[in-house]
Amino acid sequence: MRNFLLRYLIPRLGQYFMVIFLGVTLTFIIPRLSPNDPVERQINQMTMSGAHVNPEAVMHLREALTEMYGLRGSPFQQYLAYWGRLLRGDLGPSLSTFPTPVMDLIAGALPWTIGLLLTAVLISWFVGNLFGALASYYPDNPLMRLIDVASQAVRPIPYYVMALVMLILFAYIVPIFPFSGAYPVGTRVQLTPQFILTVLKHSALPALSLVVIGMGSWFIGMKSLTSNIISEDYVVYAENAGLSERKILFSYIIRNALLPQITGLALQLGLIFNGALIMEVVFGYPGMGMLTLQAVMANDYSLIMGIAIFSIIGVATSVLILDLIYPLFDPRVRHQ
Amino acid sequence: MALLSVQNLRAYYRTEVYGISRIVRAVDGVSLELQRNEIYGLAGESSCGKTTLIKVISGTIKPPLRVEEGKVHYQFGSFEIDMLHISPEDLRRNVRWKEISYIMQGSMSVLNPVRRVITTFYDIVTTHQGYTDRKAFLGQVRAHISKLGLPPDVLNLYPHQLSGGMRQRVAIALATIFQPSLIIADEPTTALDVVVQRGVLQMLKEIQAESNNTVLLVTHDLAVHANVADRVAIMYAGRIVEEAPTSLIFNAPRHPYTQHLIRSLPMIGDRSSRASLPGAPPNLANPPGGCRFHPRCPHVMDICRVEVPEMMTLPGNQRVACHLLAEGRR
Amino acid sequence: MWKVTRDLFKYDGRFRIATVFLLAVLILAILSAVSPYDPGKTFKVPQDLPPSWGHPFGTSSRGQDVFWWMTFAVRNSLFLGLVTAAVSRLIAIFVGLTAGYRGGLVDRVLMSINDSFVVMPVLPILILLSFLLRGQLSLLMLAFIMGLFGWPWDARLIRAQVLSLKERAFTRTAVYSGTGSLKITLDEHLPFVLPVVFATTVNNMLWSIGMEVTLSVLGLSNVTLATIGTTIFWANQHQALVAGVWWWLAAPVIIAIILFLGLYLLFSSVNEYIDPRTRLRLIGG
Repeated sequence: MRNFLLRYLIPRLGQYFMVIFLGVTLTFIIPRLSPNDPVERQINQMTMSGAHVNPEAVMHLREALTEMYGLRGSPFQQYLAYWGRLLRGDLGPSLSTFPTPVMDLIAGALPWTIGLLLTAVLISWFVGNLFGALASYYPDNPLMRLIDVASQAVRPIPYYVMALVMLILFAYIVPIFPFSGAYPVGTRVQLTPQFILTVLKHSALPALSLVVIGMGSWFIGMKSLTSNIISEDYVVYAENAGLSERKILFSYIIRNALLPQITGLALQLGLIFNGALIMEVVFGYPGMGMLTLQAVMANDYSLIMGIAIFSIIGVATSVLILDLIYPLFDPRVRHQ
Repeated sequence: MALLSVQNLRAYYRTEVYGISRIVRAVDGVSLELQRNEIYGLAGESSCGKTTLIKVISGTIKPPLRVEEGKVHYQFGSFEIDMLHISPEDLRRNVRWKEISYIMQGSMSVLNPVRRVITTFYDIVTTHQGYTDRKAFLGQVRAHISKLGLPPDVLNLYPHQLSGGMRQRVAIALATIFQPSLIIADEPTTALDVVVQRGVLQMLKEIQAESNNTVLLVTHDLAVHANVADRVAIMYAGRIVEEAPTSLIFNAPRHPYTQHLIRSLPMIGDRSSRASLPGAPPNLANPPGGCRFHPRCPHVMDICRVEVPEMMTLPGNQRVACHLLAEGRR
Repeated sequence: MWKVTRDLFKYDGRFRIATVFLLAVLILAILSAVSPYDPGKTFKVPQDLPPSWGHPFGTSSRGQDVFWWMTFAVRNSLFLGLVTAAVSRLIAIFVGLTAGYRGGLVDRVLMSINDSFVVMPVLPILILLSFLLRGQLSLLMLAFIMGLFGWPWDARLIRAQVLSLKERAFTRTAVYSGTGSLKITLDEHLPFVLPVVFATTVNNMLWSIGMEVTLSVLGLSNVTLATIGTTIFWANQHQALVAGVWWWLAAPVIIAIILFLGLYLLFSSVNEYIDPRTRLRLIGG
């Protein structure tokens, strides 16, 4: 138990805090390295749109914005104050929908993204890994060969291009799926079976795009992992012992080849999250990605900051959760 | 009737990578017979074809390995099988583990790392015996391992929690649970330290003595053969060059290669330096013609370079493949 | 080198496809030098013409010839990919070699930073960055910034390669015979590390060109410049699909797919070639 803590748990926790520390520090430094003063920029934007603004009001605004951006005091004091606000869960008010807190906007968008991501990641991970193992175990099966070629072809396509192709194919040329959004405009968000069905239908295409790309990469990874495991002594031994093909495939090969894929999932999560953001933009799906697009469109600096920080913390936490689950599947980590 | 008879077996690896095709003649004309109730030792340097021979004998042939020629025939008590033509399902159901079981090279990692020892037992027992109730199964396994002198708590451990020697004992326990007619032990003690080696070999010997089955013991370590085997065969570059009862092969080896191997063994009290053989074992993708040992043989003759020597049977059940015997010079 | 290329071409279908695809894209990029139109100028040709002999990829709603515009787009995207790859290669090689050779505390600290970058979602950070620099971000700057984020996966690979090289017999021999460690690295190890670097370069280009598409689509890059991403941005701005000008969107999408497939197939073909297991089969293990 002590060994488990020292060798596994504490390094993982350390890594978790390291990611958050680096990420938050980056988001602190980047705006301060930029040649644009965010306060002046904001004031310019407001004065340009408004016809007449008196100088005194501008002064007040400047004060307020400097306060809000945490630009008071020495860089170090600013940095400490920055952390202080973050730890209180305060990401400041959104500028475009003033004074709604950024946190509220994120809280509204987050469930959509989590729902989409969780479904897509789980499906693509399970199906991709299952097929990858089967393809490696039955290399002559024509269906598996087909999936192999398709995976190789799909894997390198960037999320955006893939989403576009799916959109053109399944909403434009063969209109089986709705064009955009998670539900038709004007629908009341409520938990009725009918509404859930609508949401599912609207989410199908973005989820499918994520699944297709994700599946390709899990498939390829699992295929090569399995081809290594097949020649492991314990698999050859199980074959010699006459165990059934099913037993060998599932309890000996897949069971062991999946372990690095769990770690792989933790490592890929950042990339997959990026992909989900893009999918949402293409399909007009109301999650974190759309929120980002709105923030960019509306020049909402504080909202973009909030999204960046929240994404880093969110992904890091999910990775930590995966790391904490991992020992349940690997007795070598559990009983060191 | 012998338990196993192998006749003129040739098994090659055929591969093609980036247009370069290769044929590795790993087993090239091997004949041997295993009797009931004996420990048959097979010796030879690494990559002389021992492991390939075992693969064919145990029926685990997978591409790129292919049997080109020969026969592998078993006679188990009431039924006989042709290993090269048996259906995989028949092999799996009726032969594996019930008649032929296997203790692998590198047994350190033959146990599935994510399964407890008892679960591996469960996999094997239910496969060949059908589903038994949990209690009867536990009783059967506990009785078996306690007979072999293993502590009952190993059953609840994972492989990485066992020592190397203990893992090998578990592997032997797994291999003998159905009392098979033939146990193939491929380098069973190679990765173990000497004290543990002794224990493992002792265990193997006791099992054999008790159930009167046949053990095919494969190892490059001649000292192991001297201690355990009843008969020993020496393999060189894909062929058997000599085979004889253990005391005969160690006291009166006839093939120059065997003679060299025996001479290079350390002896208590002997301080003279050991002569080493020039050259290295041949590459089996491009072996020398004639007798494969000829480039390194101190007694090489012209005929050795062109003609493959026939296996000759000498008195005392000794078989040797060497032109020197036909010449009658030795 | 020549022999390796010839062998791969002869025996690996993926490599053949990759060569054809990449050559096609490269020729397109080179053609930009003889373009009759300046990509910065709009309304030089009639709008919204479907593909024809005069305009092979049609014309856009901004009055530009899509074929000639794409020659610049491909050239710029490739340039961005190469610069990003160069910058991130420098960091990856430095971090990978240092961590691998130094070991100990240096290794642990570097790898801890490395792994943090691996799991961090880079896109939101890049969005923040390009948002702040909007309008002032030249292609070179963007490439440079992406290079700063594109190294961690590959630093790990290079480190792993170094660790395995350090354990090989010839390294020991060189060390015991008193060869300096820098000389060992350059003379003995670089030939093994370079193929890995080449494979990761291709992979990194895939990543950076894809990232540029994403940022451009959000309108966060310099949209006056022709790239694969900005082509899609302008087509979206003019609602090309709704307006039925599908060729405006089809051209960048198809060319992007050809480019990405070409790069990926090249990557996986080379990767398999340098895989020690393939080598083992080649020399006969």
